[in-house]
Amino acid sequence: MNSHLLHVKELQTQFITDEGTVPAVDDVSFYVNPGEVLGIVGESGCGKSVTSLSVMGLVPSPPGKITGGEILFDGKDLTEASEKQMQKIRGNEIAMIFQEPMTSLNPVIKIGDQLIEGVRIHTDKSRKQAKEQAMDMLQKVGLSRVDELMSQYPHQLSGGMRQRVMIAMAFICEPKVLIADEPTTALDVTIQKQILNLMKQLNSEMHTAIILITHDLGVVAEMCDRVVVMYAGKIVEEATVKEIFNDPKHPYTKGLIQSVPDLRQRKDKLYSIPGNVPKPGQIKSGCVFAPRCAYAFETCGQEMPKLCSTEGSQQVRCWLYHEK
Amino acid sequence: MPKLEHSPLQPANPIEIEKKTSFLRLLWHNYKKNKLAVIGLGIILAFIILAVFAGLIAPEGINEQKTGERLLPPSSQYWLGTDDFGRDILSRILHGARLSLTVGFVAVIGSVIVGTLVGVIAGYYGKWIDALISRGFDILLAFPSILLAIAIVAVLGPSLQNALLAIAIINVPTFGRIVRSKVLGLKEEDYVEAARSIGMKNSRIIIYHILPNSMAPIIVQATLCVATAILEAAALGFLGLGAQAPDPEWGRMLSDSRTYLQQAPWTVFFPGIAIMLTVLGFNLIGDGLRDALDPKMKE
Repeated sequence: MNSHLLHVKELQTQFITDEGTVPAVDDVSFYVNPGEVLGIVGESGCGKSVTSLSVMGLVPSPPGKITGGEILFDGKDLTEASEKQMQKIRGNEIAMIFQEPMTSLNPVIKIGDQLIEGVRIHTDKSRKQAKEQAMDMLQKVGLSRVDELMSQYPHQLSGGMRQRVMIAMAFICEPKVLIADEPTTALDVTIQKQILNLMKQLNSEMHTAIILITHDLGVVAEMCDRVVVMYAGKIVEEATVKEIFNDPKHPYTKGLIQSVPDLRQRKDKLYSIPGNVPKPGQIKSGCVFAPRCAYAFETCGQEMPKLCSTEGSQQVRCWLYHEK
Repeated sequence: MPKLEHSPLQPANPIEIEKKTSFLRLLWHNYKKNKLAVIGLGIILAFIILAVFAGLIAPEGINEQKTGERLLPPSSQYWLGTDDFGRDILSRILHGARLSLTVGFVAVIGSVIVGTLVGVIAGYYGKWIDALISRGFDILLAFPSILLAIAIVAVLGPSLQNALLAIAIINVPTFGRIVRSKVLGLKEEDYVEAARSIGMKNSRIIIYHILPNSMAPIIVQATLCVATAILEAAALGFLGLGAQAPDPEWGRMLSDSRTYLQQAPWTVFFPGIAIMLTVLGFNLIGDGLRDALDPKMKE
């Protein structure tokens, strides 16, 4: 059990607001092994991003706070680590790619300098060595005319190119884990595909574990080995990609898969799960998904089900499977 | 079958990436569209050149007194006339430009450095340190600036150096507040978060990401502030709290000659014009820079 590279156990992150405490992430556990790609799926506002920020120790505080659980990385608990220790881990061991490539680069500093800075935070390489490494990395992420690129500003690059630069920056210190927070959401489909391929390639070349946060099931199908489905701050299902698509257990997962439009059929109406994601903490008793669930029965409104194993490695948080 | 003209893998025309544009060139490109701002720049450059070469250009010495030639009106010999001691006003104004411009620049540079430092700390770290610094600014801003300057000079003793220090102090909150508000916005930027996620230290984030991005409003405000600083130095000089006689500081010249306003208006008129022109020049530059640095202006 302890051999997992990153093991999040019963993580709880809360935001303290004027209207009371909001549990944005509640009792979330998952793990990644070296070289593995884990998907975290869910609708907007279900706590995916807060989970990743918690792992990085970047939850804005105040109002946010990790109130429970542990985040074990290589056996060390990151929730206990000091800011200084975290700075050494960020970028060097665990790196992150953000959703918006357009705003994730400093507009007034040249691409090359930003990459060089990234190298020099964690190593004491000379400027020249760092520059070589940066150019090398830019080539690795599939950018051409690297010489020219190094002295260009972010506004001279397209969105796809910028996301490649961001990936270069994340991979430059060869982290063991990469957290990608919707890395392709802001890009168009053809570029999306390229970026995903690139990440997959770097994943196998450098043996970096990737935690891919997304709401796009197509991306999950293509990239991930295992999937965690989140809903309203909780994990509702965990399974391998095969299991999720062949035999989704939780009604929410079923709904998600059903709402992916099928290219081969033209339907008058696309399927969508009725209702909206509740605000975290809004549902006080019972299953968080019960109000939107087609299969809900009495027990669902009364008590929150626990995650329970079904077949293989699949785990689901639903009363429908609880008795078995 | 039609043959392909060129293989699809090789684009016919590699797209030209836009020419390297340095920041300064872009700035000048936008700046020169504003004719008034160019005039302002011309005025200030002229004053700077005159001030630097005052020793060579000035027809007379600063304190060369000719008792027989007191209060002469402008003529071919004395272009701007003479004052009550028979000193050439033109020469004194040229040398005065050195004092006024130096006071303006040095005081503002001082305010910018202190204001930026304190403002960044307040904006970036927030919490109690922000509350402390912001209330400090509020206290400084609660006084009318010239009154505060007078109080500071009264404590330190009247001299040009102390006037300069007083002006620097009263302008600190202006910069501090601008920088603080800019930093509050910048620290939420994605690239700052991205920097944190690759393990950058706070101090490095400030130097590398926050400061370069908050330069634009600082530059604009600094230019406008040089104008006020010159005006404040003149006001303090006029009140006898800044430069002391016989220094040819413009405000001092005004106050020394004000008794002759009726008899010899040129003794007051020309130093006044000099003050007005420099202040106008800096204000025009400031306005021009504000427009040129506005990101919406970029095509």
